[in-house]
Amino acid sequence: MIAPLFKLGAFGEETSLVLAFLIGIGFGFFLERAGFGSARKLVSQFYLDDLAVFKVMFTAIVTAMLGTTYLAWMGILDLSLVYLVPTYWVAQVVGGLLLGVGFVVGGYCPGTSIVSTATGRLDGLVFVLGFASGTFAFALAFPLLKGLYLAGDMGTKTLPGVTGLSYGVVVFAVVLMAIGGFAGATWVERKMATAKGGAPDEVSR
Amino acid sequence: MASLTHAAAGEAAAEEARRPQPYMNPYLAGIGLGLVLLAAFVLVGRGLGASGAFNSTIAWLASIAAPGFAHRNEFLSGYLAGDSHPLKAWLVFEVAGVFAGALLSGLLAGRAVATIEKGPRASVAGRLILAFIGGALMALGAALARGCTSGQALTGGSLLNLGSWAFMLCVFGGAYAVAWFFRKEWR
Repeated sequence: MIAPLFKLGAFGEETSLVLAFLIGIGFGFFLERAGFGSARKLVSQFYLDDLAVFKVMFTAIVTAMLGTTYLAWMGILDLSLVYLVPTYWVAQVVGGLLLGVGFVVGGYCPGTSIVSTATGRLDGLVFVLGFASGTFAFALAFPLLKGLYLAGDMGTKTLPGVTGLSYGVVVFAVVLMAIGGFAGATWVERKMATAKGGAPDEVSR
Repeated sequence: MASLTHAAAGEAAAEEARRPQPYMNPYLAGIGLGLVLLAAFVLVGRGLGASGAFNSTIAWLASIAAPGFAHRNEFLSGYLAGDSHPLKAWLVFEVAGVFAGALLSGLLAGRAVATIEKGPRASVAGRLILAFIGGALMALGAALARGCTSGQALTGGSLLNLGSWAFMLCVFGGAYAVAWFFRKEWR
C-alpha cells in the first residue's frame, strides 16, 4: 500500500494544502466545462429537458468508484484510510431534502455557486451570501438543532457493509444502474424535445 | 458597397468570437471530475467538498467578531480547534482552487460574463431574493447532512457510503417535489 500518500506520510500538511488548491482547480474547471456555472443549466435537471447534472454526476461517481476499487484491489490504495463521513441517516435524509429544495429555489449547490460567482453570475454571488448567512444561522440555532443533527447515528457504514454483499458486487450494481440511468435520461430528453417540437438531437448533447 | 460587406463580415466574425462555446459532453466532463476526485483520494485520502469551506470561513469571521461566542458554540468551535489559523483548512484551499479553475475555464470558453441566471418570466429582484433564500436553505441542509453535493453525493457516493446515498436520493427527491412550484423562476 503506498496510497493515500499524505496519510502514509509521503508529504506534510503544507504540501497537502498546495494539492488542495490544485485539485480544486481541476474540480472548478470541469464543473464549468460541464455548464454547471449556469443555474438554468443546473435546474433543467428538475424540469427534465436537460439531464446533464445526472449524467455528469454519475459518470464522475462511477469513474472514481472504479478507480478506487481497482487501486485497492491492486494493493496500491488503502481504502480504510480514505475519510468516510459517518452516517446519521435521519440528519442526512432531512438535510438532503432541504438541500434539494434549496437547489430548485436558489439554482445552485455550494460548489457550483462558487463556479457561477467566478464566471460573473450575480445570482451566484447572492446565493453564496445566502449560504454563508444560513451557515451562521445554523450555528446560532445549533443548541436547538443538535438533536436532529445527531439523529440516526449508525457510525461509519457502507452499502456493502449494510447489505452484506461483497464490495465488487455493489460496484457492479452501481455501474449497471448508472448505464441504465444514462439510457433512461437520454430517452427522457428526446421525449421532452419532441414534445416541445424541437429537433431531438440538439438537446441530447 | 464592398467595404460595407467587409464590415458586416468582420462584425459577424467578432460576434462569432464573442459567442460562448458549447459545453463539454457530459460524460467527458464526468470522467474529468471523477479523475480529479480519484486524485484527491490517492494523494490526500479525502474527497472533494464545498460546504466545509463555508463553515471554516464563518467560524473564522465569528471568532473575530465575537470570540467568546464562537469558541462556546458547539458547531463553530469544531472549526476553531487547534493552534493553526481556521482558514488553514483543506477545503478552504480547495474551494479557492475551484474559483480559479472555474474562472480559467469560463474565460477560455467565453462564458465568463456578468449576468444573472433566470427564466424569461422571472424578475431580477425576485430571482436574487430566491437565490439568497435558496442558499440559506441549502446551508441548513448541508450542515445537517455533514456535506453537500460535492462532499456527500459525489465523494461519499463513489465510496459507497450509506449516508451519502440516502442523502443523494433525498436531494433529487426534494428538488423534484418542489420544481413545479418554482417553474416561474426558471421556465
